[in-house]
Order: sequence, then C-alpha cells, then structure tokens
Amino acid sequence: MGMIQSDNLVYEYIRRNEEGEVEGIKRAVDGVELSIKKGDFVAILGHNGSGKSTLAKMLNAILYPSEGALWVDGMDTSKEENLWEIRQTAGMVFQNPDNQLVANVVEEDVAFGPENLGVESSQILKRVETSLKKVGMWKFRHRSPNHLSGGQKQRVAIAGIMAMKPKCIILDEPTAMLDPNGRKEVIDTIKELNRKENITVLLITHYMEEVVDADQVIVMDQGKVVMEGTPKEIFSQVPKLQKLRLTVPQVTQLAYELKLAGMPLPDGILTRREFVEAVERICHVNHT
Amino acid sequence: MIRDITIGQYYSVKSPIHALDPRVKLVATILYVVSLFCFQSFSGYVAAILFLGMMIHLSNVPFTYMVRGLKPIAVILGITVFFNLFFSSSGQILWSWGPIVLSTGGIRKALFMAFRLVLLILGSSLMTLTTTPNQLTDGMERLLAPLNKIKVPVHEIAMMMSIALRFIPILLEETDKIMKAQLARGADFETGTIIKRAKGMIPIIVPLFIAAFRRANDLAMAMEARCYRGGEGRTKMKPLKYTRKDWISYALIWGYFVCVIVVGNVLYI
Repeated sequence: MGMIQSDNLVYEYIRRNEEGEVEGIKRAVDGVELSIKKGDFVAILGHNGSGKSTLAKMLNAILYPSEGALWVDGMDTSKEENLWEIRQTAGMVFQNPDNQLVANVVEEDVAFGPENLGVESSQILKRVETSLKKVGMWKFRHRSPNHLSGGQKQRVAIAGIMAMKPKCIILDEPTAMLDPNGRKEVIDTIKELNRKENITVLLITHYMEEVVDADQVIVMDQGKVVMEGTPKEIFSQVPKLQKLRLTVPQVTQLAYELKLAGMPLPDGILTRREFVEAVERICHVNHT
Repeated sequence: MIRDITIGQYYSVKSPIHALDPRVKLVATILYVVSLFCFQSFSGYVAAILFLGMMIHLSNVPFTYMVRGLKPIAVILGITVFFNLFFSSSGQILWSWGPIVLSTGGIRKALFMAFRLVLLILGSSLMTLTTTPNQLTDGMERLLAPLNKIKVPVHEIAMMMSIALRFIPILLEETDKIMKAQLARGADFETGTIIKRAKGMIPIIVPLFIAAFRRANDLAMAMEARCYRGGEGRTKMKPLKYTRKDWISYALIWGYFVCVIVVGNVLYI
C-alpha cells in the first residue's frame, strides 16, 4: 500500500437549522480515489470550492470521511486510536502564516510539535536545529515570528512540521498569501525536502507554475477528480483546463495559442527552455 | 511599525539577574513587596533601599531607565504625599491652618508612603526588565503547578497568556488596518460627543472581533494538527532547571526578608 490510499472517499458538509434539523447537504468531496506512492511530489489543483482543502483536512484526520475510506501510511483515518499517529505521519501546513505559529520565538515554535509528542528535551533541541537548518531559518531562531516575512514564516511552519519527523507533508495553499519572492522561497524549500529527505509532498494550490515539477498532478472540480497525470499530460489539455477555470502557465498558454495560429509546436510545453528549444527547432527546419 | 512593539519592558543585557531562573525572580519580587509592609521605621527602609540598590546595580539596567517607569505613578505619589503630610496629625504639631495640620508624625508618614510606593514600583519593574514575557509565563506555569491538584488549569492559563502575547501585535496591526479602511469610507472617529465617538468605534470592533475569532479557529486547528492535546504528557525544549546560583539567590532573598523585618522592628528609629 502506498503512502496515501483512498477508496470512494466522500465528505458531506451538513447544514443544520437552529432546531438541529438538516437543512442541506453539500458534498465537498465526492468519490475520490487516491493512490500516492512514498516519496512522490503530488500536486492537487482546483478552483475555489473544488473540495481540495476538505480533502487535505481529511488526510490529517481533522475531518472524518462521511463515506468510503482513507488510509495514511496504512492507518485508517476514521479510527480514533490512529489520530495522533496520523497527525504525526502526515504533517500539515496551512494557508495563513500568522495563524499557525504558536510561540513568540521561532525556535520555540518549531519545538511545539515535538513537545506535544513528549519527546525528550535534548532530542527536541537536536530536532529543532536540524529542521531549522533544513529550511534555512537557523539564523532567525531567536527572532519573533512577527518580525519575519510571509515566506519566512511559512518556512518556519514547515520546519515545525519537519521537527515532528513526518513521512508526508500536506500543504494547503501555502503560498496563497505570499508575494512572488515568498512563494518561490517556500516552493523551493518544499522541493528540496522532497528530493533530499524523500518526504512525500502533497501540495494543494491554484498556482499552475508551482506544479510543473510535480510527479503527479490531480485536478479536482466540485469534489471529484477530473484529471490525473503527469504535468505534461495535464497541461497539454489547455481547453479542458480553461473550462475548469484554471489558468495554465504563461509559456504553456503562449505555445498553445501559437499552435492554434498554425505553428507546429508540440503539446504540453511547461518551461521557458522547452519553449525556446521547440521554436528553435522549427526555425531550423524552415531554414534548411 | 506596530509589529515592532515590545510587550512588557524587557531590557536586553547580560547580567547575573537576567540569568536567574524566572521562578526565583517571581518569588523574590513577591517577598520584597511583602517585606515593604512589615516595618514602620527608617532603619527598615535603609535596608530595603540598600538591597534594591545592590540588585539594580547587579542587573546592569541603567538606573535612569528604571526611574522612567515611575513617571505614570508621579500623580498618585504626589496625592498620597500631600494627604499624609497635611491631614494626619500625630506627634508634635508644627503648623496648622483650619483643618490642615503639619505634624512630625505626618511628615514621617508621608515620607514612608513615598518610599514604599517608589520601592514597590522599582522592585517589580526590576523583575519585568530582566525577564522576558515568555520566561515569566514559563515560571508562573511551574510555580503554580501544585494548583493543578485542585483542578486549576495552570497549563492552559499559561498557554493562553503566551498565545495572547503572540497575537497582541497582530491584532493591533489589524485594528490599524480596519481603522484606515473605515476612514477611507468616511468614518469619523475624532469629532462629536463622547457618545457619538463611542458609537463610531462599533465599525472597528465588530470586524476586529470577527477576525479574531477566525484566527482563533485557524490556530486551534493548526495546534491540533501538530498533536497538541493539553499539558499532559508534554515535554519542554528548555525545561526550567534550578542551578546553584538559583538556590543561593533563594537563600539571599529569604535572608534579606528576615533581616529587614528584624532590623525594621528592633532597630526602631
């Protein structure tokens, strides 16, 4: 079994009126089948309200499945005895950097997770040091989080999760509130952790540029998985993505438009370099 | 920037007092304050002033910086001295005019009151100047731990205090943002009667509260996601540990306490 596995996963938000009677049911997640291997970098894309955040909360056992089943590292998330182990195995980074840091000092905040797990003091110190170094925030350890930029705060939040020694990190739109620099900082950190520490990463986002390097991309709409595949496979279907109100990376968009205008470019160009190479090839053919 | 404000008044230098365990400083401050009420003589005050003077010297906090903390109580100090000076008659009466009486007993009382107030403020600000708010909450949590037995949620209270400390600057910044947003919409906070101005605060307070609740909700979720489940089974990265200097300081402060009571009551001047 992989790191994350789900079977016909359903989550329903039930709205009740003041008497506690059911007023309406909204299926936020509807029959999702996931299979994520250990060490993979998986991106979940989706428009607002597509159910991607609800899915993330289920992975961390903050919400329990209404129907179907979900396993994290072989543990059933609907069983309460697995709760704390699941939360330790699959750490979660949230959107708002201010609202997830608990302590007044960076190192204290990173220590918060291991402290909750009851790790021995000397071990906590070691974990804090290694995880702050991994995200490049070691020299800020005595600062207050209030004096850090958004990107730095998110990196501290990631360090706080790393200190719990998880096997998998779930990031719920970690860059939505950041400026472009902060966004790059955070994404680079995540990629490095995935590559060097072999940590399974589940990145939930609506920025297409961030998913170009993912191993697998899952596109969600109205609670259902509508597309699944490598970034190349996904981004070669520009019209379908546009219908889902998702914007593709600029280069991909440009290549797509040029192709429509009659230029013989291949599908699914993801990076600037790929684009330049493809254009050069065409020019070369035309010259000879 | 609002985010730069420091809560409390920690003065960051290295000194033996800064290095003490916060619990020692808390206990010492309480003992010092209590001691000020245990005598009614000049000899006692001399001892109390000498002791505090030594501690301030050891703490490396500039004395002028400490005195600044007395400014807010200047008015209270003035009023106390004034009433004790002119409205209490005991001992020899030096001068009187209607109900106003200046007596030797009154002068003595006024002086004692002034000394007591000043020493109270200086003594407790020495603690806040040499201890970070974090250390203070930590120290308080450990000192009050026995209360856990009678079902006082000590850990929770300490946690709330430290979270409050973390979010005060953030909420201040948010207030500023909301105020600007309302000003841009034509709100007026400065003119009008007090009632009108108080009503004008509603458009600030309502969004502020909503935002605070939203933050609380987010934070609670983030804390649970990081396996927070109350104080039980929790460890500390840097647990408070008494070292030799802390035990020596305990001995010193208790020594001072006994001395000052003996001196202040036996050597009655």
